[in-house]
Amino acid sequence: MSRSGAPRPSLARVLVEEIGYCASLLVESLWWLLFGPFLRQPVHARLILNELVAIGLAAVPILSVLSFSVGVMLAIQGVYSLKAFGAESQVVMALVLSITREFGALISGIMVAGRSGSALAARISAMQISQEVDALAVMGISPVRHLVAPPLVAAIVMVPCLTVLSSVAALAGSAVYCNQVLGLSFEAFIAQTFAILQVADVLQGLGKGLTFGIIIALVGVSNGFAVTGGADGVGRATTRAVVQSLSYIVVADMIFTWLMSRPG
Amino acid sequence: MSGLFDRDDAHRLVPGSTVIAVEGLAAHWGERQVLHDISLQVGSGEIVVIMGGSGSGKSTLLRHLVGLARPTAGRVEVLGTDLRTASARAMHRLRRHMGVAFQGGALFSSLTVLENVILPLQEHTRLAPATMHIMARLKLEVVNLAGSEDLLPAELSGGMVKRAAIARAVVMDPPLLFFDEPSAGLDPVVAAELDRLILQLRDAMHMSIVVVTHEIESALTIADRLIVLDGGRIVATGTVAEVRASQSPRVQALLNRQPSVPDFDPEAYLDRLTRA
Repeated sequence: MSRSGAPRPSLARVLVEEIGYCASLLVESLWWLLFGPFLRQPVHARLILNELVAIGLAAVPILSVLSFSVGVMLAIQGVYSLKAFGAESQVVMALVLSITREFGALISGIMVAGRSGSALAARISAMQISQEVDALAVMGISPVRHLVAPPLVAAIVMVPCLTVLSSVAALAGSAVYCNQVLGLSFEAFIAQTFAILQVADVLQGLGKGLTFGIIIALVGVSNGFAVTGGADGVGRATTRAVVQSLSYIVVADMIFTWLMSRPG
Repeated sequence: MSGLFDRDDAHRLVPGSTVIAVEGLAAHWGERQVLHDISLQVGSGEIVVIMGGSGSGKSTLLRHLVGLARPTAGRVEVLGTDLRTASARAMHRLRRHMGVAFQGGALFSSLTVLENVILPLQEHTRLAPATMHIMARLKLEVVNLAGSEDLLPAELSGGMVKRAAIARAVVMDPPLLFFDEPSAGLDPVVAAELDRLILQLRDAMHMSIVVVTHEIESALTIADRLIVLDGGRIVATGTVAEVRASQSPRVQALLNRQPSVPDFDPEAYLDRLTRA
């Protein structure tokens, strides 16, 4: 029972309601993007540009460093594991496939969820509490058009781009380690990478990046809109947005990987 | 009210006609009923003040009047539009013709004062940017904020935030204006200035104005008509003189600032404490 005495809704019901709410935000955002210009209520390019910079460009330095480090770590573990079988020469294949198909998207998803998902939830919940969302509504400006569609577009565009960047940086880290430990030249690493990689591997990473982008934007804004209470509520909404985003990203990643790795 | 509000000629309201009509409005927050059978009317060019103590339902009533909440039962008609059945397009059209000044201002913190005031013009008109700037600056002059165009909301005092919010609310010259607690949290001098500004807006721009407040001095100063709420019900309505003459104990308690809880009795408290 909740504090008010009303029965507490089950976890499954809460989950279904939240996913349903996120889906409605997605549909409404797409509606504004497609039909807003015809109604003279477009999603402003300026707002999208701001979000592209905040979600994408501003994340480039930290993501590059993080991905490079993860690439080195994966190479260390890969060489160590394969050494037991005398198969260190196969490490490039393991690295290229795991980074392109998995880690590039995962690192960028986690990074964007931590940086931008939390910022989105904090900003919208603060706007909700200070009645700025109400002010938009009474001015005839759809809060979804103004606050949801721009970060959604930016996340859909930038998370796949960051996935590519993250993969390249991680591969660079791996190449540096392989060069130092195995004496593998950079040219040979690059040549092996292109020989191993197929379009499907890259598309798998990009598809995950796209999915993670949608999850991060929708979970961030939905938690922002659902805020209750004052400053405490903003903190709760922000934490919840990050935890939910990361959970959904991992589950979506698992489902995506399972679907893409099925034989046939 | 039919025919009163012509979408192409929104600003010319028939004098003495009704701009807001509420009948049998009921509202719930979860299981709890917060508004009971509210019926009221607001005439063109009239200042109606909705007054009541904390938790009386006045803010909930305001949310229904501006279309931020849908009633559980009853009818709310604003400028000829039934808010319960209105389509999204009808609501969008209606919102161009009403302004709302929120209690905390609700200015967008990332925009300057001028950008905040211009926003409704950018969204609803096809005016040239230079014209929008002129219109916004004029409204800032009306509210005595000339020279503050480039400041961010965080750089404004409480009174300036409220005046900037009023400038944004009136920038489209709406025939209907709503204020939520306009003088709450302000010193008496600034509160009196805002009261005067509200009267000037009505007189100079022929607006119909609904004010929600718990500030009795302010309410008695600006109201053409008062509506007193208590426990989600209307307990008195009429001119200032009529409400002052009301026999309702709740109205008299509110007007005379009599607390509704009994005074703290230290002896009774100690007695209870020692017995426990």
